[in-house]
Amino acid sequence: MAIINPLYKVLGRSPIKPMQQHMGEVVTCVKFLEGFFKASNSGDWQLASTVYDQICASERAADELKKQIRLHLPKSLFMPMPRTDLLDLVTTQDRIANGARDIAGLMLGRNMTIPESLQDCGMAFLKTAIAATEQAFVAINELDELLETGFGDREVSFIATLIEALDELEHENDQLEQDLRKKLFAQEASLPPVDVMFLYKIIDTVGEMADNAERVGARLQLLLAR
Amino acid sequence: MTIIAEHGYLLLSLACVFGFFMAWGIGANDVANAMGTSVGSRALTVKQAILIAMLFEFLGAYLAGGEVTATIRKGIIDTASIGDKPELLVFGMLAALLAAGTWLLIASIKGWPVSTTHTIVGAIVGFAAVGISVDAVHWPKVGKIVASWVVSPVLAGVMSYALFKSVQTLILNHNDPFTRAKRFIPVYMFAVGFLMSMVTLLKGLKHVFKDQGVSMSFGECALYAAGAGLIVTLIGNYFLSRIKEDPNIDPNDRFANVERVFAVLMIFTACSMAFAHGSNDVANAVGPLAAIVGIVKSGTIAAKTAMPSWILLLGGAGIILGLATYGFKVMATIGQKITVLTPSRGFAAELGAAATVVLASATGLPVSTTHTLVGAVLGVGFARGIAAINLRVVGTIFMSWLVTLPAGAGLSIVFFFILKGIFAT
Repeated sequence: MAIINPLYKVLGRSPIKPMQQHMGEVVTCVKFLEGFFKASNSGDWQLASTVYDQICASERAADELKKQIRLHLPKSLFMPMPRTDLLDLVTTQDRIANGARDIAGLMLGRNMTIPESLQDCGMAFLKTAIAATEQAFVAINELDELLETGFGDREVSFIATLIEALDELEHENDQLEQDLRKKLFAQEASLPPVDVMFLYKIIDTVGEMADNAERVGARLQLLLAR
Repeated sequence: MTIIAEHGYLLLSLACVFGFFMAWGIGANDVANAMGTSVGSRALTVKQAILIAMLFEFLGAYLAGGEVTATIRKGIIDTASIGDKPELLVFGMLAALLAAGTWLLIASIKGWPVSTTHTIVGAIVGFAAVGISVDAVHWPKVGKIVASWVVSPVLAGVMSYALFKSVQTLILNHNDPFTRAKRFIPVYMFAVGFLMSMVTLLKGLKHVFKDQGVSMSFGECALYAAGAGLIVTLIGNYFLSRIKEDPNIDPNDRFANVERVFAVLMIFTACSMAFAHGSNDVANAVGPLAAIVGIVKSGTIAAKTAMPSWILLLGGAGIILGLATYGFKVMATIGQKITVLTPSRGFAAELGAAATVVLASATGLPVSTTHTLVGAVLGVGFARGIAAINLRVVGTIFMSWLVTLPAGAGLSIVFFFILKGIFAT
């Protein structure tokens, strides 16, 4: 006798755990960048290449998770949050990992080393971007508690404080970005022009990573407000 | 008349076998639907669930199953129209049992989500309308039953929505949900105890009281039910006092401890679920049997004869046997699959469904426990308590009874004419 249990078929697969796993993978991916910058700063391109491979592997893993989430979110699913918000959220999360891969790929491909005078400032700038991503993960990790309370006010306002902290980190990242640009501008005449061009590009992309982390928070806020 | 005199005991034994087999099937397969949520949420182990199911299915069937059995036995068919040919009703009820058994077997093999209730009602209406005459069907009553199939999932949904919302405001949406849970969960336990004993006192024990000349007013019933509710609460409190907050249980989940408290509550709602299921679904198996017993014993269709209690006992025993022989396996499989419902949701869904089914049992309406439970789960979903519900599957389930009615009816018509051909020539 086959087992008929309509009940377990009614209960669909929760997208929350996969969303959290995806964000976890994004954080792993972004964190590799720190090691990558260290390697490139010291000109160790062999190590940089190994780290780059790790970044790519992690980015691919995140991509796969993203695909699985999309595949398992059919329109017929009835969820406490809008499906489109979840899909936007996972896309935004994924962009952070894509940014990390682009940065490492560009730097490795051109064997770019950040000028020594900018290295400390650059590292600080990267670290706030990583911190913003981690903070976004903290907020995403509250999704299951949010569901547990049935979107209770208390949990919603708790997540709001987490998102505020995320905004704060992004703001800090913006400030550091401005400083870094100013410093680069001051010495750009003495550097090879093509290098300068790409340095601006790297700064842009790191800043974008933090922006996307903030956008994850914004999406989450949209998801809460219904 | 002669047919019954000649083959009465053969027909009666056949009815007992078929009825027992149906009850076995309900125990083997159907109970798992009712209890799966408790096992899936880890509130109960499979063994505990089976033991609870055995005890409370039986109690439900015996204490509160009489009304629905009466409906199946004599509510759907207008017996006055076939007064001179009682053997037709015997063939028909046998055919209905056979048809329901066959259809449920087919559905089980194919994996269709059909309900025993819908099948048996369809089968009885089928043989009566075609085999006897369209007027033989008590259409207003059938209309009421069909309406209850729409109302019961909706009502269960509304109840579980309200239950989950109350849990949210009273417990989950607070600074210290663990202490709040310990304070408020006994209230729900009281509700479970009160509800079950109220239905038992009002409907189930009516025949017992009548025999002993005891009569109870509604108020007295409520008083005794409140007493029973208090006893249940005290037992629950004992279990609750043994749950201590353990900070190391799962650091990633701040609500792990709260869910442990709800798991205790779920033991009680599981009991009520089994009781409700027993009170309603056992009638599907023994209702036709009861009708046959009445005719064979008296030789006529006597609408007023009291139903012997051994019939309900037989149904209860069949369910227990089904649980013991096969239900074990089904329950274990289903428990592994329904893991997304945590106790705080599972209890709301179960209690909403159990209350609805028990109310239906008390009014003598045969409803589908599974559909009611699905409605209850949807209710929790509307309260934003469940991550994902497959609406397409919900659609299939609610459409399935539209298919089940003609299928059950068609099969029972075929069996009816076969039986008539064998015995009446």
